[in-house]
Amino acid sequence: MSETTLFGLGASALVGLGLYGFVIHPEPLRKLLAFNLLVSGVFLLFGVIARRGAAVGMGGDPIPQALVITGIVVAFAGSALAVGLLLRLGQKTGRATLRDVPSPPGDGTTS
Amino acid sequence: MTIAVTIAWAFDALLAATVLAVALWTIVTRETFAAVVGFVAFGLLVALVWVRLAAPDVAMVEAAIGGGVTGVLLLGAAARLRGVEAATAAEWPGKTLRLVTGALCAAVAAALAATMLLLPDPAPTLAPEAAANLASTGVGNPITGVLMAFRGLDTLLEKVVLVLALIGVWSLAQDSQWGGLPGPQRQAQPDQALVFLARLLPPVGIVIGVYLLWTGADEPGGAFQGGALLAAMWLLAMMAGLAAPPPVGSRRLRLVLVAGPAVFVAIGLAGFALADAFLAYPQAYAKPLIIVIEIALMLSIAATLALLVAGPPERMPPR
Repeated sequence: MSETTLFGLGASALVGLGLYGFVIHPEPLRKLLAFNLLVSGVFLLFGVIARRGAAVGMGGDPIPQALVITGIVVAFAGSALAVGLLLRLGQKTGRATLRDVPSPPGDGTTS
Repeated sequence: MTIAVTIAWAFDALLAATVLAVALWTIVTRETFAAVVGFVAFGLLVALVWVRLAAPDVAMVEAAIGGGVTGVLLLGAAARLRGVEAATAAEWPGKTLRLVTGALCAAVAAALAATMLLLPDPAPTLAPEAAANLASTGVGNPITGVLMAFRGLDTLLEKVVLVLALIGVWSLAQDSQWGGLPGPQRQAQPDQALVFLARLLPPVGIVIGVYLLWTGADEPGGAFQGGALLAAMWLLAMMAGLAAPPPVGSRRLRLVLVAGPAVFVAIGLAGFALADAFLAYPQAYAKPLIIVIEIALMLSIAATLALLVAGPPERMPPR
């Protein structure tokens, strides 16, 4: 088995693992963590396809590699926004889950 | 197989197994904080996989952003959510649902694995085209060529996404705190190891960050890697309490944040007059123009990444 096949299979397993954690965990921070695993798996699939396209002295096809660099930065921006949202959720409801809860009494602010 | 090939293969297999084991652990462990620590280790291991996939540029971004800055962001969130009531056992899905979910996720993974096994051979590649046109950009690193010239629009839009994400994070502030300083107040304690590191590392880190940008034209590196390193150095100083974060209402700060995309758009528009297309560079000036854009981008990336981690404004500046 070549190294691209090996990493390709590993990346596929990583996507499945991340997806499972994303669906199963009730806590949003753990969902975000699992989602980041899934994203890493998808990027690695890109990396394997890039590696298979090695030609003319380049170790891999530079186009998918550059797309992954862009993707990692955008994934980070998304994670930062998600963390901001769930910290605010924790502040407002005092709980770290996505379940519907009646807002605590006396919290009539709209900010 | 020669011995060297066998050793390389064994290393790859061990690496893949370790990555999957750490990933599994971050999913199943109970303690959220421990899971985040596992995720940082995971990011660094994935960076090693990128090295094995002959993509050192991606490896640097993954180590700096995927493991490093995301790790700091999630560790901070886990620490602040500790006092918040955690999910109860009742909110966990039942055994049947977990089994069904597991089976479906395994099916997704199996479908992807099958696709990976059935990829066309020889693999389609744009490497020859990239190599043939690289000379017209004046840079020697094909990744930088793709990011700044061939797919410049992607990079430009990505910078806009970063700024939009920061606006999104800032807008989670309470009305009374708008324009204030992000994050809780921190006092530097002179005898802390963190303070020592925050004094020791930034001079070295800043030099390496600038070097990564400069060398990125021809060798692995570039504005992303350099910017992420500068952001890490600034975050270190902020977390140690040595540098106060800037108030988000500051005009100078906002100028730095939009400098990268603004310079990129301006040079892109000039492309209409000088080279007949948006984001096209006149061949004689391609490399200097790319370097100018990258310098502006690096400063904007560094500031945006650090402030995304710092979070929404939470206190007003002391008067």
